Amino acid sequence: MADTAVRAPDLTASGAATTRRDSALRRNYRAMLMVWRRDIIRLFRMPTRLISGIAQPVLFLFVLGAGLESAIGNRGAGGVDYQQYLFPGILAMSVLTSSLFSSMAIVWDREFGFMREMLVAPISRSSLVLGKALGGGSVSVMQGLVLVVFAPLVGVSFTVTSFLEMVGFLLLLAFSLTAFGMVIASRMQRMESFQMVMALVMQPMLFLSGSIFPLDQLPDWLGVITRLNPATYGVDAIRRAVLPGASKLDVLGWTVPLWADALITLGFGTAMLLLAVKLFDRTE
Amino acid sequence: MSTTSAIEVDGLVRRFGEFTAVDDVSFTVEPGELFGFLGPNGAGKTTTISILCTLLRPSGGSARVAGFDVATEPGSVRSSIGLVFQELTLDDYLTGSQNLAFHAVLYGYPASEVRDRAAPLLEMVGLTDRADQQVRFYSGGMKRRLEIARGLLHSPRVLFLDEPTIGLDPQTRVHIWDYVDTLRQREKTTMFLTTHYMDEAERCDRIAIIDQGKIVAIDTPDALKDSVGDDTVTLMTSDDATALEQIKTALGITGELTEKGLRLQVPEGESFVPRLFEHLTVEVQNVAMHRPSLDDVFIKYTGRDIRDAEAGGMDQLKASGMVRGFRKAGS
Repeated sequence: MADTAVRAPDLTASGAATTRRDSALRRNYRAMLMVWRRDIIRLFRMPTRLISGIAQPVLFLFVLGAGLESAIGNRGAGGVDYQQYLFPGILAMSVLTSSLFSSMAIVWDREFGFMREMLVAPISRSSLVLGKALGGGSVSVMQGLVLVVFAPLVGVSFTVTSFLEMVGFLLLLAFSLTAFGMVIASRMQRMESFQMVMALVMQPMLFLSGSIFPLDQLPDWLGVITRLNPATYGVDAIRRAVLPGASKLDVLGWTVPLWADALITLGFGTAMLLLAVKLFDRTE
Repeated sequence: MSTTSAIEVDGLVRRFGEFTAVDDVSFTVEPGELFGFLGPNGAGKTTTISILCTLLRPSGGSARVAGFDVATEPGSVRSSIGLVFQELTLDDYLTGSQNLAFHAVLYGYPASEVRDRAAPLLEMVGLTDRADQQVRFYSGGMKRRLEIARGLLHSPRVLFLDEPTIGLDPQTRVHIWDYVDTLRQREKTTMFLTTHYMDEAERCDRIAIIDQGKIVAIDTPDALKDSVGDDTVTLMTSDDATALEQIKTALGITGELTEKGLRLQVPEGESFVPRLFEHLTVEVQNVAMHRPSLDDVFIKYTGRDIRDAEAGGMDQLKASGMVRGFRKAGS
């Protein structure tokens, strides 16, 4: 094995008095970027993660999409067919799923120690949580964007602007759902319980967000629930970026403007982030 | 207690519900000291370390590390300490260098300095050649060495070593202790060690034995061994009966004739043996001396053998779960 001889310790460099260290603010900022970078590095070290997540969305897109389109016709509204309607929903769905699950890494880290390396470091919990939200969010978006290769197959095309707009909203949605996932993860000590709670939260959040069916002709009770789902607004924004012609989300007859979609998603994310910081900061 | 102590613990208490894991513990560790913390599993070792590292809040009493209060100045405590835990806390998917770089950033070193600090440490732990390989391809010993290098990267004033060599082969353990010794000489780093290995405990300047949340003994290894009883010197001579007489007359010590030779109980074996030779006229064929070991000390104070006190792998993981399962720590 490689556990062989070790050279005589030479500590001169580390023994030399610390020359300079960053200010607290800069240190926290760099730590946040580092936490983010770690997630990205890990994604590229495990490239299968990029494609492992697409099986289910692809199945939804083509099987569910084709099946339902034949049953209900072009009910996507706004002059788009169902598969076109479904495409941004599936993108959002993929991002939503991986964002929520990216916080699993926190439980994982907690179970396998790396979390402690971060918790005993002299940096604030907010930098850790923010870095993690950015990292988890970016990774989810990269995983989701793999699906863009299927866009031509369902008749969805992009302009540079619409693509960038979509990526922006995907990032926003991913960020806030990762933050939401972290709130859940902060209270979970074990992988099993995390997965159980996640399954309970994720499915309703997915189906009731407008990702799969339009929200404009629902029974009242279902309409109310979908409007209370914070993911609904992010999904609406993404769809409007991809399909400018598709019907727009309305709440009590008010057509939600795009900026409101963005603001609600960001607001939810920020609230969740603050809550996560608070929960992680609680030293018992 | 002087305010310059590296660690100053005063009446520390930590309760988990009804259970008191740490019960009015007080001790002081001086700068540069290698301080050993021994105790059966569940005695409160892990809980105490968690409090000193600011991962747990004390229920009562106070603790200062490097001059900072763990409850009110956790940030300052964190920048002054280094940790090497028994469970691995490396990121397997990062390379050795990246793990060190991550650490350097967390402790506020500018990017320009990261490499300068990491290089000699990697050299020290013999991982220079493997630095750019992902940690998941490392052996257990290599991971442990990287953890130690990382714990030292920010030149902590107090280094906590929680079972740092557990599960390592004897050769690697020797190497790790070589670095630790060098480090102590060069940097005067204060070290707080928990271990199950008695030969490692022997290296400590002082040892505290903790049992059921209380410190039951605290002293130098020699003083602790003296507290257990006298040394045993066993002699084989050409004529044990004559030797017995001569020792009794000259030194006033009554020996005991056994099958294995003449057995004597004396307070300080090393200085006794030369004196013994001055008074004996019979030929001495063999001298053996047995000092009470730290094992004997441990048994005396805790009623358990340290090897029995050692937990299995799963228990170790659970017991060290400071971050997860707070409530279980020390129970």
